[in-house]
Amino acid sequence: MKDYVKEKGTQRKGMKRDAIILGITLIITIALLSIFPDKQEAVITTSWNFFIEMILILPAVMVLMGLFSVFVPKEMVVRYLGKAAGIKAVFLGILMGSLPTGPLYVAFPMASALIKKGAKISCIIAFISAWACIKIPQEVVELQFLGPKFMAARLILTIIFVAIMGILIERLIEWSDKKKQTNLRR
Amino acid sequence: MNTTTIFINVFTFGCLIFAIIKDRIKTKQALTVSLKSFFRIIPSVLIIIIFIGLLLGFIPQSQISKIVGEQAGFGGVLIVALLGAFLHIPSLISFPLAASLLKSGASVTSVAVFITTLTMIGVVTLPLEIKELGKKMALMRNGISFVIAIIIGIIMGVFL
Repeated sequence: MKDYVKEKGTQRKGMKRDAIILGITLIITIALLSIFPDKQEAVITTSWNFFIEMILILPAVMVLMGLFSVFVPKEMVVRYLGKAAGIKAVFLGILMGSLPTGPLYVAFPMASALIKKGAKISCIIAFISAWACIKIPQEVVELQFLGPKFMAARLILTIIFVAIMGILIERLIEWSDKKKQTNLRR
Repeated sequence: MNTTTIFINVFTFGCLIFAIIKDRIKTKQALTVSLKSFFRIIPSVLIIIIFIGLLLGFIPQSQISKIVGEQAGFGGVLIVALLGAFLHIPSLISFPLAASLLKSGASVTSVAVFITTLTMIGVVTLPLEIKELGKKMALMRNGISFVIAIIIGIIMGVFL
């Protein structure tokens, strides 16, 4: 409960900060456009086009995120990842990371809890990385703005390299832990 | 309206219908969450959109392509990689920004690297990551992600 209140407080502070930055941006823009009137048309048309493109998909993206966050609770993710093993764990980590929503700082405590539960490091690394950069609603926006080829290529490459990174970090950590142990024995 | 927009909206509508059939109360809860996050993200969306307008209106394309375009070479890629690692903007609105850069002459490689480092690496969230997961794991994850982002970008630049 305490965490919830704290989170709400930081959210409100964040919104206030965003509103202030928006105000400053607007003032600077108006000032710049009145100094350089010949740029007005280009700036306004470009912004307007991007605004339209964004407003056509943003409500849908937000609804998707809301649905995922309510229907796929955090506990479910922790339950599934806690007992997964092998290379399957890595891909399950990626899959789970891409499902729910929320900012990255929510994923860290979850990952820490998963490690304590005995989840593999490769799985956790894949989970955090997927949480950071592969989100279904996020991919949808990437599709809209950068096209299917770009989105598909980046998605596939990211999955491959995140899996490799997970396994690599697991090996490195195991190796360094082993070294530390043998050093202690001496 | 293009096909992607229609597809996204139809897909979301389908999910929504399915959710209502499955659990009405939870769906209502989900829509409240959606509405709240919509209003939370709107200011940042407007900031980025105005910024894109200014960027494309004031900075000539030749200048942008000189910094992050094909001829900028590896130095340009490194600059955007670092920029992505340090900047802390919501990933959702990084895509319109990336699209505008691509439109004005940035290379596929630098745009892909920018998005990847922006999402995967968080210098701002690093202290929290260290606290929760330990120094070794956090630093390794962020460090290797940086290299990976550049590799992904280079591969995409070759194929697209």
